[in-house]
Amino acid sequence: MGIAEYQAYGYFGLTAFLVFALYSYIYHLYSTDKKDGGHDYENYSNIALNDDISDAPVSPISDDKEK
Amino acid sequence: MENRPLEYDYTVAKMFMFTTVVLGIVGMLVGVILAFQLAYPEVNTILGEGLAEYTNFSRLRPLHTDAVIFGFTFSGIWATWYYVGQRVLKVSMAESALLMFLGKLHFWLYLVGVAAVVVSLLMGITTSKEYAEFEWPIDIAIVVVWVIWGLGLFGLIGIRREKSLYISIWYYIATFLGIAMLYLFNNMEIPTMLATNAAGESGIGAWYHSVSMYSGTNDALVQWWYGHNAVAFGFTVPIVAMIYYFLPKESGQAIYSYKLSLLSFWGLMFVYLWAGGHHLLYSTVPDWMQTMGSIFSVILILPSWGSAINMLLTMKGEWQQVAASPLIKFMVLGSTFYMFSTLEGPIQAIKSVNAIAHFTDWIVGHVHDGVLGWVGFMIMAALFHMAPRVFKREIYSKSLMATQFWIQTLGVVLYFTSMWIAGITQGMMWRAHDEFGNLAYSFIDTVTVLHPYYTIRGVGGLLYLVGFLMFAYNMYKTMSARPVEESELQSASPMGA
Ligand code: HEM
Repeated sequence: MGIAEYQAYGYFGLTAFLVFALYSYIYHLYSTDKKDGGHDYENYSNIALNDDISDAPVSPISDDKEK
Repeated sequence: MENRPLEYDYTVAKMFMFTTVVLGIVGMLVGVILAFQLAYPEVNTILGEGLAEYTNFSRLRPLHTDAVIFGFTFSGIWATWYYVGQRVLKVSMAESALLMFLGKLHFWLYLVGVAAVVVSLLMGITTSKEYAEFEWPIDIAIVVVWVIWGLGLFGLIGIRREKSLYISIWYYIATFLGIAMLYLFNNMEIPTMLATNAAGESGIGAWYHSVSMYSGTNDALVQWWYGHNAVAFGFTVPIVAMIYYFLPKESGQAIYSYKLSLLSFWGLMFVYLWAGGHHLLYSTVPDWMQTMGSIFSVILILPSWGSAINMLLTMKGEWQQVAASPLIKFMVLGSTFYMFSTLEGPIQAIKSVNAIAHFTDWIVGHVHDGVLGWVGFMIMAALFHMAPRVFKREIYSKSLMATQFWIQTLGVVLYFTSMWIAGITQGMMWRAHDEFGNLAYSFIDTVTVLHPYYTIRGVGGLLYLVGFLMFAYNMYKTMSARPVEESELQSASPMGA
């Protein structure tokens, strides 16, 4: 096997890995969404919509600062 | 600090808004001059033979690219960072004297850097690497500016009240890290005064001159890994940061799918870094690298469209806002142009297409539908949205804004359509040959044919510049327009007739 084959296999492997990683990430996002202890991802949009300094944070950094 | 309620502090944001406007005018004016020089070579000596050294195309071209990239675009990025950053982290810069100091230092050192760049480029001092023309003393200054921004960025994140980092913040962080890595690697250089040549002489050349640590094919590879990713982390990532904040905020709509925004983020990060090889197709770079560049460029459509479609879908059911608000128009068209150029780029990266497109004006057309339609529109929209909030006044004129929108859209369309025709004509003519392999045309034949399209491009660019001047005027007048109440600023920006 010459360098060209190594490259081709390596390249295929890399692409397959990327595809795998990104699909796993999609799975992760959907499976942890809104579950206990997970995140309510869509709610994070409100970080921009309610961004006055007096608005309550969507997920406060610590409980004692929570209003 | 007595009993006043806490407010966001936009001092630094305002400073960068100012340089966005000024350097935008400078950079685009130079662009228009360049465009007319290509159509009418006499313009090269417009100020007379004596000053031709400073007014010719080759002296001005890097001034254009660097002024619009490092001047206009980066000022816009920082203006929005010092605005958006505080808001989505829910912490004011007024709460930390140190962050305030770093912010101001960032601005003033940046301004010194800009001055040094303008002077040195006009004097013809350059390392001759595209978008990395600056000699080592300026490079060091840029690194210092960058580090100061980074300290401010992570400092602000460190004292935040909002635990989750809003998607825009991810993109700003990626901008910081990406450019830091690219800039350092591509600008590895040795001052000539420290070098010794083959004949054993040392201390050669002026003190500010340097030679790159790379040479030949390696130099080209590093340069285009840098060049392409400068587009990624300067023209894409931070502009996506902007649209993810400003479009939802201005329209009052939550992002269509926040999960998709996260996925597109990682997709973009994974894929972009591998695509730079498409600048070096048919060169001495190893073949597999060229193929990799092509393929990753095509895959890049997915994460790019992931963000763009997400933004368009955010407007779902709210399309009447596009008709009603010129500000939303800028952003929706920006997003559309983003989709458009991220489809065009991958097409150009396909090897057989690139055989025609490479070195032609089609590439320049591609660059400008992205930067004019996407980067320029988005930065102006961001500043329009910020102006009422930082000045606590309504935008001076809505109709001026709408007129500007249509003038500039026409400008962009004239720019890229003329460059398409010019580029493809060029590519075809360069390749044409008779049955014996003799070239059918000489170079000057192509120049003659392209002349009308260069003129059209110049006119398109001029329209865009006129629109930008209207933007500048509107911003200036906004500073003394009707004051508004805090409650009017919730989502849609207040605008005067
Ligand atoms: C008034 C609007 C503008 C006009 C008329 C204009 C014109 C030009 C011209 C004539 C060139 C040289 C093309 C060549 O060498 O054949 C150029 C290059 C370039 N411009 Fe602009 N420009 C404008 C705005 C912008 C903006 C706003 C940006 C970025 C934010 C930008 C980024 C670039 C870049 C990156 C290049 C280098 C392209 C390459 O090497 O392929 N331009 N522009």
